[in-house]
Amino acid sequence: MNGLLVLIPIALLLGLLGLAAFFWSLKRGQFDDMDGAALRIFVDDEEDKAVQP
Amino acid sequence: MSALANLAPRPAPRPTAPTALVERDFAVPDIRCAGCISKLEQGLVRDSRIHTARVNFTEKRVHLSCAADAQMPELLGAFTSLGFEAHPIGDGPREIDADAANSRELLRAVAVAGFAMMNIMLLSVSVWSGAAGVTRDLFHWLSAMIALPTIAYAGRPFFRSAWRAVSHGTTNMDVPISIGVTLATALSLYETATHGPHAYFDSAVMLLFFLLCGRWLDSVMRDRARGGVTALLRNMGTGAMVFESDGSTRWVDATELDPGMVMLVAAGERLAADGVIVAGASRIDLSLLTGESAPQQAALDDVVHAGTLNLETPIRVRVTAAGTDTAIADIARLMGEASQGKSRYVRIADRAAKLYAPAVHALALLAFAGWMLAGAGWHDALLIAVAVLIITCPCALGLAVPAAQIVAAGALMKVGVLIKDGSALERLAEVDRALIDKTGTLTLGRPVVSNLSEIGLEHRALLLALARASRHPLSAALTRDLGAEKIVAADVTNVQETPGFGVEAEWQGHVVTLGRPQSGDAGTELVSELAIDMHPVATVRFADALRPDAVEAIAALDRLGIDAMILSGDRATAVAPVARTLGLTAMTGMSPQDKLATISRHSGAGHKVLMIGDGLNDGPALAAGHASMAPGSASDVGKNASDCIFMGDRLMPVVDTIRMARRTQAIVRQNFALAIGYNVVAVPLAFAGLVTPLVAALAMSGSSLIVVSNALRLKRALK
Repeated sequence: MNGLLVLIPIALLLGLLGLAAFFWSLKRGQFDDMDGAALRIFVDDEEDKAVQP
Repeated sequence: MSALANLAPRPAPRPTAPTALVERDFAVPDIRCAGCISKLEQGLVRDSRIHTARVNFTEKRVHLSCAADAQMPELLGAFTSLGFEAHPIGDGPREIDADAANSRELLRAVAVAGFAMMNIMLLSVSVWSGAAGVTRDLFHWLSAMIALPTIAYAGRPFFRSAWRAVSHGTTNMDVPISIGVTLATALSLYETATHGPHAYFDSAVMLLFFLLCGRWLDSVMRDRARGGVTALLRNMGTGAMVFESDGSTRWVDATELDPGMVMLVAAGERLAADGVIVAGASRIDLSLLTGESAPQQAALDDVVHAGTLNLETPIRVRVTAAGTDTAIADIARLMGEASQGKSRYVRIADRAAKLYAPAVHALALLAFAGWMLAGAGWHDALLIAVAVLIITCPCALGLAVPAAQIVAAGALMKVGVLIKDGSALERLAEVDRALIDKTGTLTLGRPVVSNLSEIGLEHRALLLALARASRHPLSAALTRDLGAEKIVAADVTNVQETPGFGVEAEWQGHVVTLGRPQSGDAGTELVSELAIDMHPVATVRFADALRPDAVEAIAALDRLGIDAMILSGDRATAVAPVARTLGLTAMTGMSPQDKLATISRHSGAGHKVLMIGDGLNDGPALAAGHASMAPGSASDVGKNASDCIFMGDRLMPVVDTIRMARRTQAIVRQNFALAIGYNVVAVPLAFAGLVTPLVAALAMSGSSLIVVSNALRLKRALK
């Protein structure tokens, strides 16, 4: 029982972390251009400034 | 290509410009590969007016932030110099953004429901495997804590739509869903509080998760098509060069054109407003407006219309009507009236819901009443009624239609067909008669060189060298057709273009020209002439050719049991050869009203009409047809009014689309049958009170998986 009291909050916290990460990436527009993201790996030397929306 | 772009010198970091930056969007349909992305993003910023450029590959768009004083033609020029054709996208269509926001909200709800479902399932599994006493109560309370906020957040789309339906006195799929979820949650809370053995939190959240997946798929499908369509809309946000009072010119957006302004329309440019010619004379291509294939002569004081294409020489046009006052606006009004019939179409899922929802309610009530009569307490009876509601909730039904349709739309997109929404696929499956426009639909709708084989090889090389130096529509046609023949251009120097006359260059010490025939007018035919030292050596004739596979496509339509017929605004003499080649009957010289009347006559006789057309004049007919298609080269009005758009020169995608639509409909029906079969098995179990939360969870996820895998079979349907 004592184990549960530690493990359940951990499980919930990790799940929430994943959910928050997903929301964050959605907000940053990482899901706006799925096909493009797949192709950008072929683009060399992409500069960081281009990532800003 | 990317290697080339990288060898080029990197732009020096620019000092931050003091002028304000403006954001502009451009549709660039030719973005095809990673090379294009780097070429555009790195090439565009070399222009000092452009600060940043970002390509959206999915939507074929480029987002620029540029100096506020950068004029539209200069920005378009920056694209052209990189070898891309760009079309400005106006910032008008706000409802499009609302759509995108809607699907993003659905995705958020899916994520929340998914997260909650997994955590509750984790707790439920321990309950099912034998947790008892305090541990079970703790787990139930934890589940409730996760489930309640989730249902309040993720259930909103269903509650809202159910409330709308109920307050209008109707019912839809969302009514039993909302009642089921609410009842199950309330009862589970009661069970938890009274230390009961079963709580249905997992079922309620899982139900929401699967249904939200269906909703989200449906909206993703519309988004994708919308992205494709906006990339194709060329006339959105166009404008014209307008003369200022001091004689200078300035770019004015189409929405800001006012009567009285004088605009300069270059050869190959579309008119942005109705007007009267005040200087120059040219030939005007009316094909998108009236369907007429032969260009019309237009001289001083002639009236010209928005949407038509100036073919030959630059003209000055005094605007008489702009925006909503143009001739196009009349057509738009007709379209508004014509599209009302289409909005009355009821989607198959809603038709199913009409039968399904009352049945579900009746069954649950029956279960409750039956067990009460049989002597069970109200608590047990309610528990069983909720089990029936959960088991019959249209989980599989909610996924059955969108899953099949998005797979079909994805497969069609790969062959170059954009479907605007799911209901279009359903309507396309039902058509049994096709009415087809001629110019631009059965034909390519652009000039194609008709006598290329009569011209000598040496002259062809010269023609290519001259034609590719010009942006005139006929030159563009020559360049394309000669390029397809793999002709190598002759080596010419001093190329000069004189608008309205032609291109001139030096070749091996001779003066070569490509331009209008010296012998004067060539009738209605489109002709240009190649001359060496002013002696005509070759005459190039242009004609609007049939699409390469038109004959096969019409034959294939016939095999599908669809009668085809030509509905053209062109003259009978121009339509007759096409009709003869294809073996179709034709109606000619039709106005938009005539086309509309023909469609209502056919649908009045009980036919489901598929309208295929491209022009402005087809707009009302496209809106009125039971289903409609337009080629990618169609006018914006045509593309907006139609249900789906096919790209490229071939007509066969039309047939593929109808075949796919019918196949999709078959899969949807199979999915319905599966869902009903599942209910036939599961409902008696629920009635008997045998459905524990564990059984409900297994049944629901099992039936959803079956339905989705059945839909995935459509992926291979076109091969």
